[in-house]
Amino acid sequence: MATEKYNLKEEIETVREDCLRPTNHWGTNTKVWIGCLVVVIIWGVYCYINQLRNGLGVTAMRNYVSWGLYISTFVFFIGISHSGTLVSAILRITKQEWRRPITRSAELLTFVSLCFGGIMPIIDLGRPDRLANLVIHGRIQSPLMWDIISICTYFTGSTVFLFLPMIPDMALCRDRLKDTTTRFNKFRKWLYTKMALGWKGTKEQWHMLEKSMTIMTIVIIPVAVSVHTVVSYIFAMTLRPGWDSTVFGPYFVAGALYSGSACVILGMAAFRRLYHLEKYITPRHFDLIGRVVLALTLIYAYLNLNEYWIPAYKMATAEGHLLTDLFYGSYSKVFWTCQFGTVLLPIIVMSFPKGRKITPLVITCIFIAAGAWVKRYLIVVPTLLHPYMPIQEVPGTWSTYFPNYVEFSVTAACLAGIFLVITLFAKMFPMMAVWEVEEGIELEHDRLTAIDLKKEREIAAAAESNGELLKPIEPKIITPLIPSTK
Amino acid sequence: MNDEKNETSKTDRRDFLRKSLITGGILASGVLGFEKVFSSGKPKDTGEKSLLVNPANGKIYKASSMNMEEVITPPVSNEESRKGIAGKKFIMVIDLAKCDGCKKCTEACQAMHYTESDREWIKVFTMKDADTTAPYYFPKPCFHCDNPPCTKVCPVGATFKRQDGIVLIDNERCIGCRSCMAACPYSTRFFNWSHPSAQQTASIGKMEYSPERSVPRRMGTVEKCDFCPDMIRQGKMPACVSSCPMDALYFGDQNEDAVTNASGNTVKLSQLLEDNSGYRHLEELGTEPRVYYLAPKNRKYSAPDIKTVKKVKDKTKPSTENMDMSPMPM
Ligand code: SF4
Ligand code: SF4
Repeated sequence: MATEKYNLKEEIETVREDCLRPTNHWGTNTKVWIGCLVVVIIWGVYCYINQLRNGLGVTAMRNYVSWGLYISTFVFFIGISHSGTLVSAILRITKQEWRRPITRSAELLTFVSLCFGGIMPIIDLGRPDRLANLVIHGRIQSPLMWDIISICTYFTGSTVFLFLPMIPDMALCRDRLKDTTTRFNKFRKWLYTKMALGWKGTKEQWHMLEKSMTIMTIVIIPVAVSVHTVVSYIFAMTLRPGWDSTVFGPYFVAGALYSGSACVILGMAAFRRLYHLEKYITPRHFDLIGRVVLALTLIYAYLNLNEYWIPAYKMATAEGHLLTDLFYGSYSKVFWTCQFGTVLLPIIVMSFPKGRKITPLVITCIFIAAGAWVKRYLIVVPTLLHPYMPIQEVPGTWSTYFPNYVEFSVTAACLAGIFLVITLFAKMFPMMAVWEVEEGIELEHDRLTAIDLKKEREIAAAAESNGELLKPIEPKIITPLIPSTK
Repeated sequence: MNDEKNETSKTDRRDFLRKSLITGGILASGVLGFEKVFSSGKPKDTGEKSLLVNPANGKIYKASSMNMEEVITPPVSNEESRKGIAGKKFIMVIDLAKCDGCKKCTEACQAMHYTESDREWIKVFTMKDADTTAPYYFPKPCFHCDNPPCTKVCPVGATFKRQDGIVLIDNERCIGCRSCMAACPYSTRFFNWSHPSAQQTASIGKMEYSPERSVPRRMGTVEKCDFCPDMIRQGKMPACVSSCPMDALYFGDQNEDAVTNASGNTVKLSQLLEDNSGYRHLEELGTEPRVYYLAPKNRKYSAPDIKTVKKVKDKTKPSTENMDMSPMPM
């Protein structure tokens, strides 16, 4: 028994080492990477300032295609933000043990993609200087208002959801950071101390954390669903052929989960490789989350069928023109590549255990993520090019659309922003929830050493209520996770 | 004086205002009404400037003559233009049998609203519903729908429906989200993608903005046909109606059951609609347009003369493909 405990401690020590090692390690590669991102961002900001000064006319958007790449990207980024909810909340609620090493990266992805997704419509605004009007003159009947409200709620929720499980880790970082000679380290120490909120790892604190995590888990799921539903409503509430669809809500939610979970896999693979977390994120994890993505892709494919097959069977006039253009016309190549390459093919690949091995899965997920982005574009743009009134006698630029360098640059800057925040975060904070992984190891350990956790817990509780100061046994709560280094 | 830079004029004005305020702002309000300038507080587009004497200190200042203009002919207030004219329900009837596609309406509208040529608030389409049916011209303004999808989606109430049936846009409130453009099923709305041209600014210069005037336009906001409420207030007809040489457009008040055309013929609205089987475009969308069409029966021009293909300027994209797109309930 004693030796077991000893081993457990050692193992936990390794976990902490492994998780904390990559933080604040600024290699040349990192510096070059950050440098590249900053350059992309500066260029994007420059283009945006140009757009601010000279109007949205510097983009390729015109009166028919009045929403373009920006709004498509908005929908895509908001979709990605469903990853965190999926992995953390749904897997937490269903007590999937394998979620533990990947929750942090998923929650971070949610947080960051929401930040930048939320910026996209503001970039798309003609008068961002009048944003305050949304408060002064805001009208609740506008789907855009629903978007703002639900995205803000989701943003707050997912920030809390990201932050809560970070508290014990912050305390760990705080206690482990000994060297406060440099200014940067002093800053880090200060930051960790603040973010740890005075965490000592007491029983009450653990209890509170678990309770708030449970509440957040339950709250965040409906909020996340509402977000993408109302994002679809800015389209579905119009009378336009192609948008005027009753499946748009679930269709968008399914699309969001499908692309979001694929991005989680990409994140997992990247961190596993860069931070040498092979020990924690194993092929088994990829296999399991691959199954999740497969299930979500199937749902998405099913909704795709509903979205296109039903109107295609009827071919009503206006909708028929749009569908003809999508199926056989100028968008057909992209459309079918999307449907086959990024929906059907992934389903086939992921159906086989071999397809859920790391390399094929990552490649599949790259396809899915890219496909989801292009699909957003295919939802937004072709519809705008097929209005009820024919497009006649207009300047050539009005009747076609392809994003120009301004839109690409600004969008690239937002994507770079996402990568930059993730990189900086990974340099400052552990990318795995240390305590969650530890908890997993402890649970596993308990299972292996055949400790009846429940029984012990009861004994401890009984002892406590009797006022006895029994030596705590339950590792989950009582073994101090943060070694008292002071 | 016309070539003064905007900056200078702004500084001048601000300086002017500040000094006037310091000196108690005892200005010849009866003559020039500068309180208006104080209260408006927003720098307006500047046109030419005039020299003014500040009676408070006897100094001479330059000020945009626009500010005098706004006081001399003040448009109705913003609240007033949101309410509309009580007791009226404006309505338009377009007789497709008479329209020969001359586009005089579009030109008049563009002149009236200082519009660039690519923006046709009333646009004359060449329609052909099916291969077997005859083509016809179809002028399309904003329909000022009674169930307007555009105003519903506006997050800030910058576009609104008035009691007299008119749908307007307040470009001082619009945030440029373009939800309304996505929502309008008739592609009626235009966005100001860039700054209005210098020429346009110069010709509008003096005017103070009001949603009823729709000018001066502002970059990053939406605009569309407004049924010329400023003309209506003066007892005149919208520019397009009064300029139609074919008498194809009628305008009037539904409550009075009367509409008038360019020649001044006033007819009974209900009778007109009944006799000519009046209908509304895309009735099935439920937007309840306030613009009625009379079917192109016994036309005043020869249908086969309509060359649909020639009407398409843009040769890169076969827009003629879209010719038969619009299902016309007839
Ligand atoms: S025609 Fe379009 S812009 Fe005009 S009221 Fe109807 S929906 Fe609004
Ligand atoms: S573009 Fe302007 S008028 Fe149109 S919905 Fe947005 S804020 Fe309202």
